[in-house]
Amino acid sequence: MQSDNDLLFETLQQWRSAGKSAALATVVSTWGSSPRPEGSHLAVDEAGHFVGSVSGGCIEGAVIDAAREVMASGRPQLLEFGISDEQAWQVGLACGGRVRVFVEPVE
Amino acid sequence: MKREALARIADAQKRRQPLVVVTRLADGAQCLVDAATVDGDLSLAAGQLAEARGFLASGRSAALAGADGLFARAYVPAPRLLVIGAVHIAQALAPMAAAAGFDVIVIDPRGAFASPQRFPGVQLSDEWPDEALERLGLDEATALVALSHDPKLDDPALELALPGKLFYIGALGSRRTHEKRLERLRAAGLGELTGRIHSPIGLDLGGRSPAEIAVSILAEIIQVRYRGGRA
Repeated sequence: MQSDNDLLFETLQQWRSAGKSAALATVVSTWGSSPRPEGSHLAVDEAGHFVGSVSGGCIEGAVIDAAREVMASGRPQLLEFGISDEQAWQVGLACGGRVRVFVEPVE
Repeated sequence: MKREALARIADAQKRRQPLVVVTRLADGAQCLVDAATVDGDLSLAAGQLAEARGFLASGRSAALAGADGLFARAYVPAPRLLVIGAVHIAQALAPMAAAAGFDVIVIDPRGAFASPQRFPGVQLSDEWPDEALERLGLDEATALVALSHDPKLDDPALELALPGKLFYIGALGSRRTHEKRLERLRAAGLGELTGRIHSPIGLDLGGRSPAEIAVSILAEIIQVRYRGGRA
């Protein structure tokens, strides 16, 4: 039985060999009490299916949206998420940390 | 990420070889670094390469110091759990450990125990434990639990594991069973190493069912991995 992280790259390979577009998101820096460490991955396919995580669930939706843009444009994006404020509709980290997430297309 | 890079990462994980991928965040250019080679469309200065190679051993992922916008992601072997004895507790432990990030292999030469029906999706070996361990290799990312209750299976595994680099060794059995096991291991010349065996196995959570005991065992393995056994 294989561990989670191995399965993420296997899933990416399966998506690509099935002809689906895919993107890979990676936590590249953190400040404060961000829930997932640097190097954490989230893989996304063109339909928005995803495996892995880059936060405790607070920013995944926004990262998936960015991942679909990245698949369309073929160009990577560097996203930054900060402390969430009173505006409930704004995406942010409820725990008060800050993270930067790099999103790249998977060829 | 290029197709070749994706294939190299997947392959390195399969072969339990460390690999570091360095990415320039401005444009996504990457190179793949292992102990001997550097490949890719990103070239690194000597100091940056040395720092990235340091992550092969530490497993750390971080921005490279003194470099603007270079992020190094280390892929190191997942911790591995070798389970001797395809018993009821093993049926509970294997999927729990996989969910916690371990590569799990259950070893038992008795076909009636180590059957895919009893262990769906779990990697099984029907070799004798000493043969399996010699083939698999015992690195410092490996834990071993002897659960078979049968000295013919547990003892040869422990005799190979005790002098090895494994970060955790545990053996199931009552205090009386363990005393007898220690006598046999002393007779085999391993007396000085028997203190490495966690027995009674697992944290004392008070549970009695196979699944509850599996939680105790996995909790102890995780504790030893991060805290070296100190609570």
